[in-house]
Amino acid sequence: MPESLTRAVRWDTVVGALLIVLLLLSFSFVDGFGNALNLSFLIGNTLPIALIALPMTLLVVSGEIDLSVASTAGLSGAVMGKLWNEGMAIETIIPLCLLLGVVCGLVNGLLVTRLGLPSLAVTIGTLAAYRGIAQIVLGSDAVTDFPTQYLDFAAGRVGDSFLPQAFLPFLALLAVAAVVLHATPFGRSLFAIGAGEEAARFAGIRVKRAKLLLFGATGFMASLTGVFWALHYASARYDNATGLELSVVAAVLLGGIDFDGGKGTLGGAIAGVFLLGALQNVMSLLNVSAQSQIVVTGVLLVVSVLGPRVARQISVARAGRRAASAPVPKAPPTPAA
Amino acid sequence: MTHPSDTGPAPVLALRDVVKSFGAVRALRGVSLELFAGEVHALAGENGAGKSTLIKTLAGVHRPDAGHVLLDGEPVQFHGPGDARDAGIAVIYQEPTLFPDLSIAENIFMGRQPRRALGRIDHKATRDATAALMKRLGVGLDPDRPARGLSIADQQIVEIAKALSFDARVLIMDEPTAALTGSEVARLFGVVRTLREQGAAVLFISHRLEEIFEICQKVTTLRDGAWIAGEPLAGMTEDDLVRRMVGRDLDELYPKQEVAPGEVALSVRRLTREGVFTDVSFEVRRGEIVGLAGLVGAGRTEVARAVFGIDRWDAGEVEVDGRKLTNGAPSTAMAAGLALVPEDRRAQGLVMDMSIERNIGLTGLRTTVKAGLVDRGAERSRSLDWAVRLQVKYARIADAVSTLSGGNQQKVVLAKWLATDPKVLIVDEPTRGIDVGTKAEVHRLLSRLAADGVAVLMISSDLPEILGMADRVLVMHEGRLTAEIPRSDATEETVMAAATGRAA
Repeated sequence: MPESLTRAVRWDTVVGALLIVLLLLSFSFVDGFGNALNLSFLIGNTLPIALIALPMTLLVVSGEIDLSVASTAGLSGAVMGKLWNEGMAIETIIPLCLLLGVVCGLVNGLLVTRLGLPSLAVTIGTLAAYRGIAQIVLGSDAVTDFPTQYLDFAAGRVGDSFLPQAFLPFLALLAVAAVVLHATPFGRSLFAIGAGEEAARFAGIRVKRAKLLLFGATGFMASLTGVFWALHYASARYDNATGLELSVVAAVLLGGIDFDGGKGTLGGAIAGVFLLGALQNVMSLLNVSAQSQIVVTGVLLVVSVLGPRVARQISVARAGRRAASAPVPKAPPTPAA
Repeated sequence: MTHPSDTGPAPVLALRDVVKSFGAVRALRGVSLELFAGEVHALAGENGAGKSTLIKTLAGVHRPDAGHVLLDGEPVQFHGPGDARDAGIAVIYQEPTLFPDLSIAENIFMGRQPRRALGRIDHKATRDATAALMKRLGVGLDPDRPARGLSIADQQIVEIAKALSFDARVLIMDEPTAALTGSEVARLFGVVRTLREQGAAVLFISHRLEEIFEICQKVTTLRDGAWIAGEPLAGMTEDDLVRRMVGRDLDELYPKQEVAPGEVALSVRRLTREGVFTDVSFEVRRGEIVGLAGLVGAGRTEVARAVFGIDRWDAGEVEVDGRKLTNGAPSTAMAAGLALVPEDRRAQGLVMDMSIERNIGLTGLRTTVKAGLVDRGAERSRSLDWAVRLQVKYARIADAVSTLSGGNQQKVVLAKWLATDPKVLIVDEPTRGIDVGTKAEVHRLLSRLAADGVAVLMISSDLPEILGMADRVLVMHEGRLTAEIPRSDATEETVMAAATGRAA
C-alpha cells in the first residue's frame, strides 16, 4: 500500500467505513434504497460533484480553492445551448466549451499567481462574473433538444444494471487523478506547496506554474461537468449547477482534505463525496425535511473539519514521544522496497 | 550528587531533585537549581538536555513527578502558569508576542488597565505607569509608540517591563538573544544588568557561550536530563563549559582542513538588485570555503537568494561550473549543481509537517523517478542513506520533521541538499540556534565537503565561525561588497571594520 495512504489512513478509513456502514444499513432498512432506479439516481446525481471534486482535491491540497466551478459549469452549459441553437455541430460545441472552461480556470489562476490575490476572494468574484456571463449568453431560455445519442449516453445505464454509463469514464478520470496526486513528482510537490509554500520554492518546485496548471484543469473539469449536467438533465440553462461548489468543497473537506493544504488523499475525498450523496438520498427516502437535511449535513461538516485534526494530533504526539526516546541509528539501513 | 549548601539567605526560587517524565522519556532526572536575588544564572546544555522542561517546571506549566519547587525556601505547588506568575516568576521567550497595533503601554497593561469612573480606561495613568517602568529599566521607549516596528530586542524589553508590572522577582529568559544583532544584545544586556542591580533573580538561556560568560555569575549544566554541575562561572573557560555540556572534549571546534583550491565553481559578476545590493562580484573555487560576513541587513542573504533564483536580479550574471544561470529560476540553479541551505530552517528549509523521508526527497523529485512516477524505493533509500550519514537522531524516517530537535532539523536540511550532490553549496547561518555538539558536526561536515571538491559559500553572523572555517572572508556593508580578506589577515577587528564601513 502506498505510504501516503497508510500515513493519513485514520480519517480516510473513518469516512470510508462510514460510507460502507451507511450503505449496509440503507440496503437493509431503507425501503426503496436498493432498487436499481434509486441507485442510478444516487450515482447520477452525485457524479457532477464527484467530477469536480477530482481537481478540487488537488487544488485544496496545494493550499488554494476554486469557488467558481459551478458558475463555470453553468457558463459551459449556457454556451453549449446557445451554440446549439445557432446550429453549430455538437462535435464542435463540446470541445469549444471545454476550452472555455480552461480559459475560465486560467483567468482564476493568473489572478492568483501573477497578482498574488487569495484564491478564495478571486473565485468568489468570478463565481458571480461567470454566472452573469452565462445569463447574458442564454437569458432565461432552456435548451433541451440536444441529439438523442448524447442525451442517452448521459442519462443511460450500463446494460440492465443500476450503473450510469457516465460512471465508467469517471472511474478512468479518478484513476488518473489518483496517480497524479499520489504517485507522480507533480503530486508530491502539491503536498509540499500546500504544507509549506516557501520551503517548496526553496526546493526548486515551480509553485506558480503548478497552481496555474491546477486552476486550468479545474476549469476544464468544471466545464466537462457543465456539459454532462446539460445532457444528463436534458436542459441547458444559465442557472445549471447553482450552488454545486459548496457541495464539492463540503465533500472534499469531509473526506479529510485539510482546508489549509498539504494533507489528505483522493480516496478520502471521493468517499466523502459519495457519503454526502448517499446520506442525502437516504434522508429524502425517509422523508426527512429539506431543512433537517441541511442541519445534518452542516453538523457532519463541522465534525469533518475537527475529526482529521484530532486524529492527526494524536499521531503527532505519538511520533514526538518516539523521537524523544530514539537512539542515533548506527547500522546502515536496509532500504524498504 | 552534591547538594547546595543550607546556609546563607534562601534562594528566591529553587528546584530540588526534580524528576519529570513524559511517557518512557525521562526529561529531568533529579535536577537541582538555586536562583538568588541579584544574580544572573545561566542554564547550559545541548538541545534536548531538558532545558525547556526545566523552564516549564519553574513556570508552572509542568508539575514535577518527584522533587520540589521551592519559593523563598518553602515548597510550593504551582497548578498552572497563573500560579507561577502570581508568585513573581516571569518567562521571556525568544520571540515576543505583542499586539502590533497596540501601543507599548497598552501591551503592557493589556486586560488590566487602570480605570477611571464608569470603567473607562485611564490612558494617562497607563502611560505614566509605563514610563515609570521604562525609567526603571533605563531605556527611553515612548509608551505611546505602537509595538509594530520595534526591534526584537525592544519587544523583549517591553515583555520584561510587562513582567515587572506583575512584580516579577524571577525572570526566566529563554534564548532571548537568538534573533538579535550585536548592538541589540548590548541593549538587552544593559537592561538585564539594571534588573540584577535592583535585586531580580534571572535565569538566562543561550547557545552563545560568550554571552553566558559576559552576563552570568553562575551556571547550571544539564545533559540528557541529568544535572551535571551548578557552579560559579568565575575561573571557568569556554572549553570547561563545553566539556560539561557534551560530556567529552570537542576534538576541534573548527576542524578546518587545508585544501588547495581548484577551478572556479561559482562566479558572480556585477550582480545588482535595485535597492537591495549593488555590483556584487566574487568567485568561489572548488575546495574553498568562502565566508560572507556583514551586519544583519547588509544584503548577504539577499545575494544568496538572488544567486539561487528565489528573487530576480536586475543586472549582472551568475555562472555555476561554467553554466550561466537563468534569472529567477531555482530549478535551473539546482540542475547546474547549486544548493542553498536557507537562513530560516522552519519556513524555508523544511516542510515541517512532512516526513523526514519526504523532506529529503523533495530535492530528488526529478531524479528518483521511474516511468514518470516517484520511485518510492529509491526515494526511501536515498533519504535513509543521507539521514544516517549525517547522524540525524530520529525514531522513524516517516515521522514529521517537526518532531525533531532544532539541530536534527538542520541536519535534515543539509541532508536534503547534499543528496543532490552539489558542486556549489551556499549555507546561510548554518549553525544558528543549534547546540555546540551539532555545531561542531556541521563544521566538520562542511570541511569534509570542501576537501571533496565542493565550493562552499558560508554566510554567518557568528564571527568565530567565519574566522575558524573560511579560507577567505568576503564582507558586505549596506548592499556592497566592501572587503575580501584572506584567512591569514582575517581577525574580528578587520572583519568588523569592513562590516561597519570603517575599512580603508
